[in-house]
Amino acid sequence: MSKLFVARNPRVAARSLDGEMMLMSARDSTLFTLNKTATIIWQSADGNTPLDEIVHTRICAEFEVEPTEALHDAETLARELASHDILQLSEEPIPQTGGSR
Amino acid sequence: MSSLTAEIDRLSLVIEIGGMPVRIHTTDPDFLEMLQARYTGFVRDSEHPEIEFDVELDKPGFNGGDAPVEVHLRHGRWSLQRGDFLAEWEPAYRHGWIRQTANPYSIDAVLRIVHSLVLAREGGFLLHSASAIRNGRAFLFAGVSGAGKTTISRLVPPDATLLTDEISYVCRRNDGYFAHGTPFTGELARLGENVSAPIAALYLLAQGPENRIDPVSPADAARSLLANILFFAEDEPLVQAVFQSAFEFVSRVPVARLTFMPDSRVWELIR
Repeated sequence: MSKLFVARNPRVAARSLDGEMMLMSARDSTLFTLNKTATIIWQSADGNTPLDEIVHTRICAEFEVEPTEALHDAETLARELASHDILQLSEEPIPQTGGSR
Repeated sequence: MSSLTAEIDRLSLVIEIGGMPVRIHTTDPDFLEMLQARYTGFVRDSEHPEIEFDVELDKPGFNGGDAPVEVHLRHGRWSLQRGDFLAEWEPAYRHGWIRQTANPYSIDAVLRIVHSLVLAREGGFLLHSASAIRNGRAFLFAGVSGAGKTTISRLVPPDATLLTDEISYVCRRNDGYFAHGTPFTGELARLGENVSAPIAALYLLAQGPENRIDPVSPADAARSLLANILFFAEDEPLVQAVFQSAFEFVSRVPVARLTFMPDSRVWELIR
């Protein structure tokens, strides 16, 4: 089974307030508010860490969730965010040119 | 030559919103007359407009369908289009053109877009909210359609001045934020007064069984503000600017939830 790598789109406006992460797509100005697990994925999306590793080391370690279900949910979320150009997805590591927020 | 100059002068007018004069040129006297009536209170004598637009009127029947608004910047030139208009604007030359039929709605949309772009660069924004001045301070009332913007505007007491029942004009200045009156109307169809005042508070509207003001968290404030900002451009730097401006605004301006019954007593809370 191939790995899925995720990277933040450096063109996305992002800001955390009171522990709540808000993102705005530069493409269509759509506003997203991330829950805790989505925020972890966003913050961990460095382009080099596979999504399954993020789920295993960050999400399953912090929340009582079943790993297979957590990975499925994480992939669904990642693909939805990617459809809005919030995240980039690849089966290869993704070089990062912009800084993280 | 002087008669030619006089003729051209007669076929233009300056619409000043938020202190920014925009001159509109047209060759159609009926269209000019319609604009003068539509923007009463916002038509100014100004020799130095910030932007000039030439309006090219299409014959009635021109309609590009229900295409949504698209706003792009290419090579220093903004392209604005919707089903009912096409427009371009080059900020460096302070000049642009608009192609539409002789109706007031298309040029109104162009003006909203242009002002939103100018404000975005200056830390301000257009907000889907009613606003009014009372005791020298401006109050904003934000909410989606049905939240009560029209109702609270209709209940404005005699000692308050309505700035708009639909779209507020928020300017950033060194010492804070100011709200200006706009001619952008909603259901009330009543133009705002062309005046401004420092913003004292932003209220997020909700209708309920009593009048009360409740605090909201900074995150709720920012989220609600962002959801009500009007911004149309697909332009990364400006989206980033508007996004950061919203957080700056909620860090400086009190934001609260205003629950109200539809009668004038709600204004006893707003002073």
